[in-house]
Amino acid sequence: MDVFLQQLINGLTLGSIYGLIAIGYTMVFGIIGMVNFAHGDVFMVSSFIALIAFLILTAWLGISSVALALLIVLVLAMALTALWGWAIERVAYRPLRGSFRLAPLISAIGVSIFLSNFVQVTQGARNKSTPPMLEGGIALMQSEGYTVFLSYKQVLIMTVTAVLLTGFWYLVQRTPFGRAQRACEQDRKMAALLGIDVDRTISLTFVLGAALAAVAGVLYLLYYGVVSFSDGFVPGVKAFTAAVLGGIGSLPGAVLGGLIIGLIEVFWSAYFSIEYKDVAAFSILAIVLIFMPSGILGRAEVEKV
Amino acid sequence: MADARTSSLPDILRDAGLYALVAFGLCIPIVAYRTNAGPTGLELTPRWPLVAAFCAAIFVLRVVQRLILARRDARRALTPSPAQATEAVQGEPDAGQRVSTFGLYAFLGIALTLPVIASLASGGLGPARYWIDLGILILTYVMLGWGLNIVVGLAGLLDLGYVAFYAVGAYCYALLSTTFGLSFWVCLPLAGLFAAAWGMVLGFPVLRLRGDYLAIVTLAFGEIIRLVLINWTDLTGGAAGISSIPRASFFGIPFSADEDGFAARFGLEFDSMHRVVFLYYLILGLALLTNFATLRLRRMPIGRAWEALREDEIACRSLGIDTTTTKLTAFALGAAFAGFAGSFFSVRQGFISPESFTFLESAIILAIVVLGGMGSQVGVAIAAVAMVGGPELLRNLGFLSAVFGEGFDPNEYRLLLFGLAMVAMMVWRPRGLISVRVPSVSLGERRAISGAHVSEGHG
Repeated sequence: MDVFLQQLINGLTLGSIYGLIAIGYTMVFGIIGMVNFAHGDVFMVSSFIALIAFLILTAWLGISSVALALLIVLVLAMALTALWGWAIERVAYRPLRGSFRLAPLISAIGVSIFLSNFVQVTQGARNKSTPPMLEGGIALMQSEGYTVFLSYKQVLIMTVTAVLLTGFWYLVQRTPFGRAQRACEQDRKMAALLGIDVDRTISLTFVLGAALAAVAGVLYLLYYGVVSFSDGFVPGVKAFTAAVLGGIGSLPGAVLGGLIIGLIEVFWSAYFSIEYKDVAAFSILAIVLIFMPSGILGRAEVEKV
Repeated sequence: MADARTSSLPDILRDAGLYALVAFGLCIPIVAYRTNAGPTGLELTPRWPLVAAFCAAIFVLRVVQRLILARRDARRALTPSPAQATEAVQGEPDAGQRVSTFGLYAFLGIALTLPVIASLASGGLGPARYWIDLGILILTYVMLGWGLNIVVGLAGLLDLGYVAFYAVGAYCYALLSTTFGLSFWVCLPLAGLFAAAWGMVLGFPVLRLRGDYLAIVTLAFGEIIRLVLINWTDLTGGAAGISSIPRASFFGIPFSADEDGFAARFGLEFDSMHRVVFLYYLILGLALLTNFATLRLRRMPIGRAWEALREDEIACRSLGIDTTTTKLTAFALGAAFAGFAGSFFSVRQGFISPESFTFLESAIILAIVVLGGMGSQVGVAIAAVAMVGGPELLRNLGFLSAVFGEGFDPNEYRLLLFGLAMVAMMVWRPRGLISVRVPSVSLGERRAISGAHVSEGHG
């Protein structure tokens, strides 16, 4: 029971991070119908931005308050990563609208390779580890030498995720931008005819997706304290799995999927084998895509000829 | 920014300035500070001059690009474009087509005589080893590219897990030869068969999927196979891989210095290079076999079914083509050639580990197919030479290290350029280097048409 509770907490933490990344996949797929393969690497880039920003703030500027430093890092990482998201869409995806079916996916794979190697070339291939940013926690339960521990990191990660998701939910459901975004998702041509700037909406979608990935990147760095140039691929694929599992195109689905994937991964590692945890994630991806392509909360897609 | 195309100089400068500003934003802090492991944790090294150089380069490039665009627009305004024509344009054979007919023979000639040329040029077989090894490497990728071309270029199924079949072939030879002592010539067809069987096994569940989803599922399968290879330590040796895999023999005659060896039997002086030259011709033969099979298959009903499937799956089904068999044969054949290439890889290296079969490898092979112009055999060969051979050649250019400083290794930038090239190709020439298509069947005269007239775009 104790182990179970502890794994539940760990799983929800990890799931929050996956959920944040998954939103970027699901929104982009919803609006232009492409798998933004580079999204995982955008997440990795944001982790590096956060790492460097944190080092500058603490080591050079001497900011001793961790809360303040984290807040600045978060804002900075979101802004700069959003710029990356914008630039990528502009350079690699926008010219391809109306090109053949597989062109955007191939271009996205190119961007993904470029990003991870760009970081490798500029930052070196070694793992970068940070000093622990936030320590301590609350002991929830104690029995027979096993303590169920809820660290402050985990509290922070879950709170930030919850707050951001609420804000994001409001943005998509209640603001003019959200309306435009949902309209483009349903029918781009019609939305354009009704005076919505489709290109701008798509750009903003990428910007928002990247900003949420940046939050995930900061939290990932905070949680694990280590990042390397190749860290984008596997979390990226897992987040994509989450998006597909929840039903691609559905925002609550992405978060739900993220939590499920996080829980499955953690419980799998705890009760079965840690070596095969990625195999589990990849298998879920394949199984869901083959047998349940519309996911849990998604709409079944009808193909028009 | 780019949409409002006025070509006055201040406009261009302002536009380029904006680009430079964005580049600046992208550079901080990833380029501006480098993290290094110091005695007390990570330390930062500022590199602002690099950022400045980067932004300046973007600025200049953008100005040049805008000037070229402005000129082209001015010229376009005078002559009507073919896109505005009301009748189908039967274009003159363009540069790509000329390259593809001429290049075919040039390539074949060079490929067949490379060991001779290389040993004449560098004085003896020994010094030519570097070139022959490079040739083997390039030909391996040419073969993989041609194999993947069946799946992606002809059948239009985007396979991101192709390297899995390469791995199956490699492990197949490695395991069969180390445990049962089977020779390479027995294992080669077996490896192909095994890989083809795996192609069927993995192809079967994904039959219903298309496009992006198919690509992602094949990626997942590829990763699963790699992870199993890493973790199933009892069988595969785990991450350490399998070493001391038996070398290739000349159809049973080993390349050794003793009297049963190749050199003694044929009355030659022993030279360790004989084996390398043999391997070179082996992979050349395998690659040409792949090419030959593909070209012949394209003319058979199955090949035409592949191309029809790529263009329109629903139309295909309405015409009574069995899409299940069509897709499975494409997967199986593509996989079989990857299996051959894989067993060649392990006989050449003598050592294999899961490291060699990462997703990146799949992406590189895909990049070769895409850059070559999906469906074009010569294009794939050219792309393989450019992408595998190019960085190798760059390494030997002395002046590069003079420009970029000591210790400059172009190989570090190889993948970076791969990624950029993939994006650039999709943006500028989505139909690849050789974008001309020769119809497989035609009435009367066979005329090549531009890829632009093919509906799916990569026909």
